[in-house]
Amino acid sequence: MNAPQPLALINARLVDPESGYDGPGGVIVSEGVISDVAKGREFGKLGKDVRVIDCGGAMLAPGLIDLRVKTGEPGAETKETLASAARAAAAGGVTSFVVQPDTDPAVDDPSVVDFILRRSRDIDAARILCAGAATKGLKGEQMAEIGLMREAGCVYVTDADRPIVDSKVMQRILTYARGFDTLLAHRPLDPWLAKGGAATGGEFAGRMGLPSISPMAERIMLERDVALLEATGGRLLVDQVTSAQALETLARAKAKGLRIHASASINHLSFNELDIGDYRSFAKVTPPLRGEDDRQALIEALASGLIDIVVSAHAPAPAEDKRLPYDEAAPGAVGLETLLPALLSLYHEERLPLVDLIRAVTLAPAGLIGLQSGRIAPGAPADLVLCDLDAPLIIDAARLLSKSKNSPFDGRRLQGQVLMTIVDGRVAHRAEG
Amino acid sequence: MTAKPPPHEPAAPIETIRARIFSFPRRHFLSAGDLNALQATELLDLADAFVALNRQTTKSLDILKGRTLMNLFFENSTRTQSSFEIAGKRLGADVVNMSPRTSSITKGETLIDTAVTLNAMRPDLLVVRHASSGAASLLSQKVSGSVINAGDGQHEHPTQAVLDALSIRRAFGRVSGLTVAICGDVLHSRVARSNVALLHTLGASVRLVGPPTLMPAQAERWGVTVHHDMKAGLAGADVVMMLRLQLERMQGAFVPSTREYFRFYGLDREKLARAAPKAKVMHPGPMNRGVEIDSDVADDPEISLIQDQVEMGVAARMAVLASLAHRLEEHGQ
Repeated sequence: MNAPQPLALINARLVDPESGYDGPGGVIVSEGVISDVAKGREFGKLGKDVRVIDCGGAMLAPGLIDLRVKTGEPGAETKETLASAARAAAAGGVTSFVVQPDTDPAVDDPSVVDFILRRSRDIDAARILCAGAATKGLKGEQMAEIGLMREAGCVYVTDADRPIVDSKVMQRILTYARGFDTLLAHRPLDPWLAKGGAATGGEFAGRMGLPSISPMAERIMLERDVALLEATGGRLLVDQVTSAQALETLARAKAKGLRIHASASINHLSFNELDIGDYRSFAKVTPPLRGEDDRQALIEALASGLIDIVVSAHAPAPAEDKRLPYDEAAPGAVGLETLLPALLSLYHEERLPLVDLIRAVTLAPAGLIGLQSGRIAPGAPADLVLCDLDAPLIIDAARLLSKSKNSPFDGRRLQGQVLMTIVDGRVAHRAEG
Repeated sequence: MTAKPPPHEPAAPIETIRARIFSFPRRHFLSAGDLNALQATELLDLADAFVALNRQTTKSLDILKGRTLMNLFFENSTRTQSSFEIAGKRLGADVVNMSPRTSSITKGETLIDTAVTLNAMRPDLLVVRHASSGAASLLSQKVSGSVINAGDGQHEHPTQAVLDALSIRRAFGRVSGLTVAICGDVLHSRVARSNVALLHTLGASVRLVGPPTLMPAQAERWGVTVHHDMKAGLAGADVVMMLRLQLERMQGAFVPSTREYFRFYGLDREKLARAAPKAKVMHPGPMNRGVEIDSDVADDPEISLIQDQVEMGVAARMAVLASLAHRLEEHGQ
């Protein structure tokens, strides 16, 4: 393939989380990297071959990096393929995403890592990265080949939705992964407390007669993980903190200087349990939506930096798995296309400065898995998103590019339209009209 | 009989019924909370008239003539299903019983597929029981007739609340101002949730009594008082409404044993003595005798309304069906 034409993106509101810059500027992209950055100045004379794009004051930021995405490939391609997820990602300004290992077969072996990365090589719309399983078959019993999967290219290990219940196994993985400086992402959930539950224990679930889980299930497992982390000195990403009480545990662990990081999903930052309303199964996610107090605590934790990153928790589920009574419906929501506009709500509501919000979906996740992207600086990969921050939009799930349309944002009014997504110096998506 | 009844005798039930029929406030009856006090009273008045009819030799009417009532019970319940069946038949409807579990109609189908399939057979009234909370509501979004929730998971069982209110009102002459203690497994009980809503609407004060493990989180925010000591919970109560405890929930899961449960939360004469002097005892059935209720109490006609509840069940459901059908008619369906 020929090298793409150099691009000059001028007249933008440049947001760079690395330098903390948020102001007028532009970027020149050539041969897949950012070759020049202008902050508060204009570029000199541009070469004839350069294609100039006037951003008209729209935000130009590093492309989003989403560390938690599920597709159905391999095994359930009717839900989502790597290619369809990449198209959805590009439409949402996500330029890199990490697929989860709970596929069929599971990504618990270097050959499956290799399969996914090979398939991804032919997909231009987004960079697809891969997480490996922490245990064989995601069963939580025997350690998977963490070293070999790392060598094959996986960026971190996790058992995805399944907590590693056996404390001995967890301890060994944290210890062993240290040898490869590999990040372990773990869902803190006590399976006994969580058994059979589909909503957060409290007034709402009680009234609606929904089988419920106490948020204590999250905190108890996190307390254990923190204790093991302290003993082993590994690196842990807490996969989706959702409750105020778990945030207290996290704060204590961070204060001790442990290598612990945490993600929050856009669903838990955007909705509370009342959005389930009359048993809307499209608002059924895992962990279940929490109370408004928890949501507010999450936003504050994101603002204070206690929560490091925000993920879409993209989990496609076809209508036949969703249009069921609430407790029978599959959990999960697609999120690649709505992540950025939903996150921008926090900017419009003046909860977080724009550059801090952008950091949580660019530089911060890049740092966790050692990517060079997530910043706007000469030499950085040319992965960029151009977004009209103020443009209103009404989410129409039917028009999402994901193969599955299970979005809890359906019908929501948001602000922030992705105008263009650039991956590796190429235009991967451009808004219609 | 062609002669007019003498003026001192009450009007024939059929005339009373015709005079009292009203249009149900919604297309579906999914939740007891859907009724306001006026509507609930209208419904009880109509049900009262059906009680009188049901006590005559000739009980049949043609109010639902030509209508199809479909019983769709995903969970087995002989009692509720036959109550709806009799109610429908007495009103002249064609009644079809579907048991999706034993028939092939739902093999591998989702609830919505089933709803769409059945809807094509054009039932006017669809009575649904399902093990999942919210199932009746989901179904109601996909059918053109009226859906009656006959129990959805642990959520609601609104016709049970209507028949309970009817039983109470006939026993006391009113519901307003009474104290009703609902006792037992409130956590898993749709009967309790519907009763709390309707009794509230009708002006009763409600107490919930049970062990903490069987009480929903923050139940005190339902506008009730919560008691874990049954004797205190029953003190001065006019009505003691016992709930059924599923056997699988005893034996160590939610309570340690049957005998321990009965000791602290089973209704016997001793505990009942704490209630108001002429207190009445209710139970939605089927009873676990010796677990949540002593036979001695359950079978005493002076205090037990349990048999009345079954009788009122048919009348209450006739009132619901008739008023829902009236609404369908008004809307040209």
